[in-house]
Amino acid sequence: MALLNKLNTPFFQEVGEIARFTGRFFREISKPRHEWEEFVNQSYFIGYKTFTLVGITAFIMGLVLTIQSRPTLVEFGAASLLPSMVSVSLVREIAPVITALICAGKIGSGIGAELGSMRVTEQIDAMEVSGTNPFKYLVVTRVLASTVMVPILSSLAIAISLYGGYLGANLKGDVSWSLYWYQAYKVLVFGDFVPAMVKTIFFGFAIGIVGCYKGYNSQKGTEGVGRSATTAVIVASLLVFILDLIAVQVADVLGLT
Amino acid sequence: MSWDLPDFMAKGDSIIEVNNLNKSFGKNHVLRDFSLTLSEGENLVILGKSGSGKSVLIKCIIRLIEPDSGRITILDQDISLLDQDEMDLLRADVGFLFQSNALYDSMTVRKNLEFPLRRHWTKEERAKNAGSAVKEALEDVGLLHTINMMPAELSGGMRKRIALARTIILKPKVILYDEPTTGLDPITGREISELMNQIQEKYNTASIIISHDMNCIRMTANRIIMLIEGKNYVEGTFENLIKNRDPKVREFFEGL
Repeated sequence: MALLNKLNTPFFQEVGEIARFTGRFFREISKPRHEWEEFVNQSYFIGYKTFTLVGITAFIMGLVLTIQSRPTLVEFGAASLLPSMVSVSLVREIAPVITALICAGKIGSGIGAELGSMRVTEQIDAMEVSGTNPFKYLVVTRVLASTVMVPILSSLAIAISLYGGYLGANLKGDVSWSLYWYQAYKVLVFGDFVPAMVKTIFFGFAIGIVGCYKGYNSQKGTEGVGRSATTAVIVASLLVFILDLIAVQVADVLGLT
Repeated sequence: MSWDLPDFMAKGDSIIEVNNLNKSFGKNHVLRDFSLTLSEGENLVILGKSGSGKSVLIKCIIRLIEPDSGRITILDQDISLLDQDEMDLLRADVGFLFQSNALYDSMTVRKNLEFPLRRHWTKEERAKNAGSAVKEALEDVGLLHTINMMPAELSGGMRKRIALARTIILKPKVILYDEPTTGLDPITGREISELMNQIQEKYNTASIIISHDMNCIRMTANRIIMLIEGKNYVEGTFENLIKNRDPKVREFFEGL
């Protein structure tokens, strides 16, 4: 009992509320009357509208990583390993995490602000009185879209960043197109792709659920909307790192590293 | 304290019955054993100060807020016994006009009006009849030309009319109005009140109107309930209440 009292802090209350919100997501998704049209709309907004930002960032990421790594590898006489090192780093860790962080900023804040604004202007209540389940229409579709689109964006980010790496390798060196890709793919194995893709699914889910939770439960007028958007970004970004840490440990235990 | 109710109240079946409703928020006891009956075709005004629980009452009726205790019956159905699907279906018969209008600001006027149809009409019905239903509702409020506009492009009075059009598109049997003229200038407020009467005449709807706008109340009310300290303090027609000598009642009618 004393332990329960100690756990009754705002932090744990919030964790409990998010867990309950997540539980409701799974209950609602299992019931019929799915909002496919809205899911497609949200996938378009989340995916297509974030692609440019993710693409530019990924390209620069690959370029910079290659340029920064080259001197060290040259020093040790291992310049030929540059494409391999860049590809492993980008595929396993950098591209998925950076993509997730960009999505946490853009998608998390967008969802938080949009739903928060709908909450304080009674638009969510209006949906409910019109007979539409707002949780299903607003939350389930956005969380699903985020869960589906973040892995896709992450895959595209890997491809674009590897291309950036190719240009970076050729700025001060001379690596042919075929040799670069041969070297880049040579070291990659199934165990590099699977954990990376699986964790991006969790990243996408976490970003969607946190954004929706913060927005859906927004209070205190416009101030609350701003707070929802900001805290959605902070919590989602933190969750991305925590999930990444867990994914690395799980992959290690499963022998996928 | 209560008044003998006029004859018109005996007419028509009751559409909404609220019995001994209680609702608290923490230590704030907002509604205390509140009861009302709304008859077919009647305009019932709930009058009270800000924060007296008027909006809470109609949000309990539409089940946006769960009451602590009491019974609410709409069209002979006890809403506490309905599951979510049954409640959603019942909501087709109960329109709700929000104080803030609550228009979906990412959708055009047409999409706003079509939104309630998606739950209550089949895809085929929507494909066949949605266009004419939207047109009729917009003609009812005199704003057909705004059909492709976004809510942000409309004035406050126009938004209220569009919200009203969205409320009537399913032709509900009862409409709950949450402070329909608040924030509007007196002329626009008067137009909205006239519109409410026109809609009542055309569709024979019953209404519960939450308001403290005396002009709106005078124009629309068949009967008034004064909600004071969470209780049904006094009820009667506008003409009855304006003659009432009770100081708490006089506060509202002073100067008229």
